[in-house]
Amino acid sequence: MSFITYLKDGISLGAVYAIIALGYTMVYGIAKMLNFAHGDVIMVGAYVALMMLTKTGAPPIAAVLVSMAACTLLGITIEMVAYRPLRKASSSLAVLITAIGVSYLLQNLALLIFGAGGKTFVNVVSFPSVSLADGQLNISGTTIVTILVSVIIMVSLTLFVNKTKPGHAMLAVSEDRDAAQLMGVNVNATISLTFAIGSGLAAVAGVLLCSAYPIVSPYTGAMPGIKAFTAAVFGGIGSIPGAMLGGILLGVIEVLGKAYISTQVADAIVFGVLIVVLLVKPSGLFGKNIQEKV
Amino acid sequence: MNQNNQSAEIIKKIQSSTRRGNLITYGIVLAAYIVMQSLVSTGHISSLLKGLLVPVCVYVIAAVSLNLVVGISGELSLGHAGFMCVGAYASSFFTNAYGDGLPNWFRLILAIIVGAAAAGLFGILIGVPVLRLKGDYLAIVTLAFGEIIKNLINVLYAGVDSNGIHISTKSAMDLNMGPDGKQIIKGALGISGTPRLSTFTAGVVLIIITLFIVQNLMNSRAGRAIMSTRDNRIAAESIGIPVTKYKLLAFAVSAALAGAAGVLYSHNLASLSTAKFDYNTSILVLVFVVLGGIGNIRGSIIAAVILTVLPEMLRGLSAYRMLIYAVILIAMMLFNWAPAAISWRERMMERLPFGRKKRTGEED
Amino acid sequence: MKKWTRLISVTAAAAMMASLVAPASVFADDVFVIGGIGPLTGGAAAYGTAVENGAKVAVEEINAAGGINGAQIDFRMEDDVHNQETSVNAYNTLKDQGMQVLLGTVTSAPCIAVLAEAINDNMFLLTPSGTAVEAIAGDNAFRVCFSDPNQGTKSAEYIGDHQLATKIGIIYKGDDPYSVGITENFTAEAPNHGLEIVSSEAFLGDSTDFGTQLNAAKNAGAEMIFLPIYYEPASLILKQAADMDYHPSYFGCDGLDGLLAIENFDTSLAEGVMLLTPFTPNAEDELTQKFVAAYKEANDGLVPIQFAADAYDGIYAIKAAMEDAGVTPDMSVSDICEALKVSMQNITLEGLTGTITWGADGEPNKEPKAVVITDGEYVPM
Repeated sequence: MSFITYLKDGISLGAVYAIIALGYTMVYGIAKMLNFAHGDVIMVGAYVALMMLTKTGAPPIAAVLVSMAACTLLGITIEMVAYRPLRKASSSLAVLITAIGVSYLLQNLALLIFGAGGKTFVNVVSFPSVSLADGQLNISGTTIVTILVSVIIMVSLTLFVNKTKPGHAMLAVSEDRDAAQLMGVNVNATISLTFAIGSGLAAVAGVLLCSAYPIVSPYTGAMPGIKAFTAAVFGGIGSIPGAMLGGILLGVIEVLGKAYISTQVADAIVFGVLIVVLLVKPSGLFGKNIQEKV
Repeated sequence: MNQNNQSAEIIKKIQSSTRRGNLITYGIVLAAYIVMQSLVSTGHISSLLKGLLVPVCVYVIAAVSLNLVVGISGELSLGHAGFMCVGAYASSFFTNAYGDGLPNWFRLILAIIVGAAAAGLFGILIGVPVLRLKGDYLAIVTLAFGEIIKNLINVLYAGVDSNGIHISTKSAMDLNMGPDGKQIIKGALGISGTPRLSTFTAGVVLIIITLFIVQNLMNSRAGRAIMSTRDNRIAAESIGIPVTKYKLLAFAVSAALAGAAGVLYSHNLASLSTAKFDYNTSILVLVFVVLGGIGNIRGSIIAAVILTVLPEMLRGLSAYRMLIYAVILIAMMLFNWAPAAISWRERMMERLPFGRKKRTGEED
Repeated sequence: MKKWTRLISVTAAAAMMASLVAPASVFADDVFVIGGIGPLTGGAAAYGTAVENGAKVAVEEINAAGGINGAQIDFRMEDDVHNQETSVNAYNTLKDQGMQVLLGTVTSAPCIAVLAEAINDNMFLLTPSGTAVEAIAGDNAFRVCFSDPNQGTKSAEYIGDHQLATKIGIIYKGDDPYSVGITENFTAEAPNHGLEIVSSEAFLGDSTDFGTQLNAAKNAGAEMIFLPIYYEPASLILKQAADMDYHPSYFGCDGLDGLLAIENFDTSLAEGVMLLTPFTPNAEDELTQKFVAAYKEANDGLVPIQFAADAYDGIYAIKAAMEDAGVTPDMSVSDICEALKVSMQNITLEGLTGTITWGADGEPNKEPKAVVITDGEYVPM
C-alpha cells in the first residue's frame, strides 16, 4: 500500500511540474529560447491570485482569471522589452542571460512589494478529496484538479497548435523562422502570442503549485522552474506530450527516490536518472532527433 | 603555390595580431595588479575593496576558464560551480589534514595542485558522457552534474587520524576515528577553519597562468579544431577532425582551472559550505562570459571585475540594490548584444570626428 | 568585443574603483557605530530583516533615553544574502563606515567567515542568532541565542523528562547547518532519555513536498515529530500531515517561532505544537508587550519573530556591557573590544528572551522555555 501512496504523491507532485513544463516547452519550441524567468512569472501569478483572494475577497475563479490576465500582460511585456531586441543577436546565449536578469528583477520586485516572509496561500480548490481502498489511499481535491487541469491544458494546446491558424503559424515559426516570414506569417505576433499563452499558463501553474504546497515567497518559482525545465528536457524539449510525461515522471522519480533510497540525496537521484535517460536518448523521450543538413 | 603562400601569410597575420592581443591582456592584468598593490601598501584603499581583491581573482579565473568551453566549443555549460566546489573541498580537506608547519605559499601551491587535479579528474569523468550531447541537452546535464556534486558533498563526512583518511556518508560518529582524529568535512556543516592562505598576489599569478593556458589552448591546433566544429560541425567531421578528443581536453582543462578558482575561494574564507556552489553561481559565471563576449578573454575579465564589484558598489541603495543590479544587467546585455544597439553604436562612432572607418575584418 | 563598449566598460570600472578606493574619512566621535549583518535579500531574508527591525526598536528606545554613556547609537545594517563571501564584504563595508561593534551575523555559516575577520581586527562580535558552535569560537565573540548542541540536547531532555513521547520521527533540512547540527545532537542525546528515533528523514533546499518524510514517520509509528527547522517548511508539513490524516504531536526549536505570524496561516493546524523558544510575542510581561507594540508600529503591524527579540536583546546587552566598561565612542575598535570582553561576563540582562548572563566562552546562560500553541496563541508549558 505504501508504494501506491508514494506513487500517488509522485504523480501529484509531477502534475505540478508538468503544468510548468508545458509553459516552458511551448516558449522553447517556438521562440527557441530558455526563458529562465518562467518560474518567476509563476510566482507573480501566485501573488496576484493571493492578493485578489485576500485583499478584494474575489471568488477563486475571478482571482485565477485576473492572475492569468496579469501574467499574460507581463509575459508580453517581458518579451517585447527584454527578449525581442536580442532575437537576431549573434549568439543565442545573449537572450538567456537577459532572461536571468529578468528573473532577478521579478524576484527583487516581489521582495520589495510583498516582503521577504512567506505567505500562506489560500486554498482555491474546493474539490472533494477521494478516498480509496477503505480510506488507506486518500487523494486530495487539489491533486485531482491539478492532474485534470494539466491534461486539459495538454490536450487543448495540442489541438490549438495542430488545428488552428495561429497554431499553424507557431509550428511554422518553430520549424523555420525566416521561411515562415517569407510565407507571410507575422513572426513577432506569433512569438508574442506564444509568450502570452505560456505566461497565462504560468499563472495557472502558480495557483495550482501554491494550492498544493500552500506557501508563496519571492523565491517560490525558482526551484520548481529549474525542475520543470529539467522535466521539459526529459520529455524532449518542444514536445507538448513530452513535457507532460517528463513532469509526471520527474515527480514520481523524486518521491520514490526519497522513499526507497534516501531523502538526503533526492536531488542527486532525480538528476542522475535524467542524465542516464539523456545519454541513452539524447533528445529526450519525445524529442525529435533532427539531423543537421549541410 | 601562390595560394598557399597567401594563406600562410594570412595565418601569420592573424597569429601576430592575436599575440599582440594576448600581450595586451597580460599587460592590463599586471597594470591592475601594480596599481592595486601600491594602493594597498600605501593604505589608500578601503577595507571593502581590499577584501574584494581575492574574490575578484576567483571570478576572473572562473570566467576565463568557462570561456574555454563556451567560447571555443560554443557549448553551454551550467555546471561550472560544481567544479569549483570539488576544487574547494578537495583542497580544503588537504590543507586541514596535512601540511601544518610548511610555509604558507608552499601549502597554497600544494592546495592548488590538489584542487585542480581533483576538479580536472571530475571534468574528465563528467566530460566523457556529457560531450556526446549538444546544445540545451548538454546545458541541462552539466547543470544536473553540478547539483549532484553539491548534493553528494552535503552528506559527506571525512576526517583524518594516524591511520589515514576516514570517510562516511552517514554521520560524524560513523567515521570511527582514533583519539587523535580530526574531523574535517562535516556534512552539511561543511568545512570551517581553513587557514587563510589566498593572497592577491597568488590570485594574480593564478590569473596569469590561467590566461597562458587558455590563450595557448585556444590558438593551438586543438583550439582551432574545436572552433571549426563550432562553426560547422559536419564540415569539420567530414575532414576527419577528432572533435570529441579535443573537446574533452578543453572541458577537463576548464574544469581544472575552475577547481583552482575554488581553491583560491576556499582558502580565503574561514567557512565553506556547498550552498555557494549551486546553479546560481554557475549562471553568474556564465553571465560574465556572455556579457564580456563569448570567446573574448579580455571581455570575460572586465565583466567579471565589474559584476563582482557592482553589487557592493550599490550597497548605498540598500533595499533597491539587487533590483538595480538586475536592471543594469538587462540594459548591459541589450546594449552589448542587440543588433539594433550595435548598429546604432556604429553610426555614432562614424559621426565622431576622430571616428574610425567602418571595420572590415574580424575583431579580436 | 566592440572597442566602443570596452571603452565604456573600462571607464565604468575605473570610476567604480576610484569611488571604492577613497578611504574612509573622519568619523564623528560622539556616536557609537554598531554594525549589523544579515540576509536582507534572498531566501533567508525574513530572518535578516527581523534582526534589523528588532535592533532598530532597541536603538530608537536607547537613543530616545539618552544613548549609551551619553553617546547616541548609529546602527547600520548590511545585506549578506546568507552567503559567506558577501558577508565578509558587508563586514568590510561597515568597517569603512566606522563600525565599532558588530551585532551579527544573523546566520551561522557567514558568521564563521566574518568571525575570522573580526578576530583579526579584534572587533567585538555579538551574534543574535548564529547557532553553530564555531560561530563564536573566539574570545571576542558572544551570542544571544542557544547553540545547536544546546538546543538538540535540551529538546531531547525536555521531551524525555516530561514524557511527551517515546517514538520520535525527525524531519530536518539536510543542507542547513542549523537543522543538521540540532538533529545530530538530538539523535546522540535521545537514547539517554528513553527516546527512540524511529525515522529520521531530510529534505533539501526549497522543497515543498513532504509526503515521503511524513509517510516514513507514519509507517514507523512515530508518535511525535521533531522539527528542528524554520517555520515556513514547518507550516507545509503541518498542512500535509493533516491532509493525509496523520496527527502526531510536534516538537520544534526556536526556528519554529514565527509559525503563527505567517500571513493567512490556518493556526488550527498548529494546535498543540510544542516548541522550545525563549521568546513568544504574546507573553504577558511588560517588556514583551512594549516591544511587540513598538515593533508592530514600525513595521506595518508585522508580528516580531524570535530573531527580532534576539537582536533587541543583543543591542541591550551591548549597551549594558558598554556602560559596565564605561567605554566612549572615541576609543579604538580594539580597546572597546577588550573592555567589552570583560564586561559581558559581568552583566545580567533582563531581556525579552529571558534573564541572561554570559560565560567566557561567549555562550548565554538562560533558561529554555517551552511553549505550546493553544487556540492560536503561545502558552507557556
